[in-house]
Amino acid sequence: MEKRFMTGNEAIAEAAIQAGCRHFFGYPITPQSEIPEYMSKRLPEIRGVYLQAESEVAAINMLFGAAGAGARVMTSSSSPGISLMQEGISYIAGAQLPCLIVNIMRGGPGLGGIQPSQSDYFQATKGGGHGDYHLLVLAPHTVQEAVSLTMEAFDLADKYRNPVMVLGDGYMGQMMEPVEFKKTAPPKLPAKEWALTGAKERPKNLVKSLYLDPEALEKHNLEINRKIQEMIRNEVRVETYQIEDAEVVIAAYGTVARIAKTAIEVLREKGIKVGMIRPITVFPFPYKTFEKMAEKVNKFLVVEMSLGQMVEDVKLGVCGKAQIRFYGRTGGMVPSYDEIVTEIEKFLKEVS
Amino acid sequence: MQVELEKIFERPKTLLPVATHYCPGCGHGITARLIAEVIDELEIREKSVGVAPVGCSVLLYNYLNVDMYEAAHGRAPAVATGCKRVHPKLVVFTYQGDGDFASIGTAEAVHAAARGEKITTIFINNAIYGMTGGQMAPTTLIGQKTTTSPMGRTIEQAGFPIRMAELLSTLGGATYIARVAVNNPKHIIQAKRVIKKAFETQIKGLGYSMVEVLSQCPTVWRMTPIEATKWVEEKMMPYYPLGEYKVPEEG
Amino acid sequence: MCKILIDENACKGCALCVNACPFHLICISQRINPKGYYPAEFVDQEGKCTGCTLCAITCPDVAIEVYREKKKAGGEK
Repeated sequence: MEKRFMTGNEAIAEAAIQAGCRHFFGYPITPQSEIPEYMSKRLPEIRGVYLQAESEVAAINMLFGAAGAGARVMTSSSSPGISLMQEGISYIAGAQLPCLIVNIMRGGPGLGGIQPSQSDYFQATKGGGHGDYHLLVLAPHTVQEAVSLTMEAFDLADKYRNPVMVLGDGYMGQMMEPVEFKKTAPPKLPAKEWALTGAKERPKNLVKSLYLDPEALEKHNLEINRKIQEMIRNEVRVETYQIEDAEVVIAAYGTVARIAKTAIEVLREKGIKVGMIRPITVFPFPYKTFEKMAEKVNKFLVVEMSLGQMVEDVKLGVCGKAQIRFYGRTGGMVPSYDEIVTEIEKFLKEVS
Repeated sequence: MQVELEKIFERPKTLLPVATHYCPGCGHGITARLIAEVIDELEIREKSVGVAPVGCSVLLYNYLNVDMYEAAHGRAPAVATGCKRVHPKLVVFTYQGDGDFASIGTAEAVHAAARGEKITTIFINNAIYGMTGGQMAPTTLIGQKTTTSPMGRTIEQAGFPIRMAELLSTLGGATYIARVAVNNPKHIIQAKRVIKKAFETQIKGLGYSMVEVLSQCPTVWRMTPIEATKWVEEKMMPYYPLGEYKVPEEG
Repeated sequence: MCKILIDENACKGCALCVNACPFHLICISQRINPKGYYPAEFVDQEGKCTGCTLCAITCPDVAIEVYREKKKAGGEK
């Protein structure tokens, strides 16, 4: 199978096209502008539609329109732009529309910086927009994984009639790795009978999120929640790495997990038995994996490019049964593997 | 002598036989009927998709028998763009008020027009925010009293009202831009012709069309319906003249 | 001969039709309908209605239907 050397941004875009996405609406923002640029070139080649919206606000609403019309659609942005999209994402979730939103995170808050970060974890997993809903959030740690998760994201979005997010960062978006695009058989998805295609020989369809009667709105929310609970039961994805004999476990996702893998190699050479739990879905979060691990291991080091967001979920999973330390870099600073090595060594020295 | 009568005016098929929530005398009711009549006459009901706004007409999707979206405030042109780009053969229209079109959604309005999106916007201008109780709108006239301009709008504090028809007609992609009123039968008959022309502009694939409809809003203007129709004539029309501001080149 | 039918339950008593009728054949009644409005009523004892439909055109609630005598073959009214 031919391998192509691509940036994470380009690979995500190509993966979307291979998954059948023919409509992209977006807006430039560093460090993900390569995604709209790639789409602007590629989509016309296959009679798809690339449209640069006037803002991220417009882009997410174009997504609402195109998803409501039954198409496989995608947008991408980075932290400040994703903030602008929150209202639209809430509407998409409320109207139960499928779509993919890619967030290539950068330093924040506000205009922040253009270097990578993971400081949008709360926004991605705890809400972001108003109301009771959740995105299904996938966090790749290699460009190849970004390809496979992007392709799966469309199927998951259709399956649950819910927006899905691929959560990356500036490192992931900009770095180049060899990737292959394997064609997998498309799963059996239900036809989109709810889509707006013109009320021909059927009653009219509505794509809306307004339910003025509180009883009706509660019922609607319960239905959305039913899907979220199904996601929680069925869609948790997690990688456990060298945990069989681990005495201390690192928790990290995305680019940081990669860096942690190098740290683990170095530590193991020093004789330190360290492993890692890498959530691949940060929503639904692999709480059970942490809960089970906490029965055997009593030390967890959570490493993030933020000042501590996923650490709260780790604490929930561990439920007080183990010690949790946090190490973070922020503002666009990326931890190096030897910083993680030092933190583990410190942790082990201070705690038995 | 038995006289046989025939019905010469009745509810258009696309307008569902439900009572609307609109206030007595409101221009929304008239305009919704005109849109339904045009959809019936052009026989496009089965390929029409509407986008309802936030505002008094948020429940438009209960009144028209076509596929409809309910969009976030101001975003209808973007939603319509998304739909039309997926299904170019459908007739996609937005229906928006002053808050939606001239305030929060101005960027979406300008850009849909600039891009020449082949959609149609029906823009209801009643110079006020009706749904939320009568606050000032970007289209509120100088001196007009509203709940957020209780002494009357002043230029120093709030600047000038926006004329959306004139504004959009400067854009290349805008193909048919017109302003009408629904405050008396003569204007209503004209308005229907214009709305039909706007839909035909889309059907012919010529570009973006927008019809600004000056509408009476008796309740939050604090007038009777008849007084409100006079206010449209005497106060709104001098600042917002009726007419076609841009017509398609092929005429 | 022409006439209109006003659906009193749909009418909101806005009186735009009263204003629109060139022959003043519509007025606001003293009855209250189930919604609490005083509906309009059509009174045309002299058969003046010409079926111009201006009332129906201005009605925001499509509460008015207009009827006109069918023209017989030969043009005899």
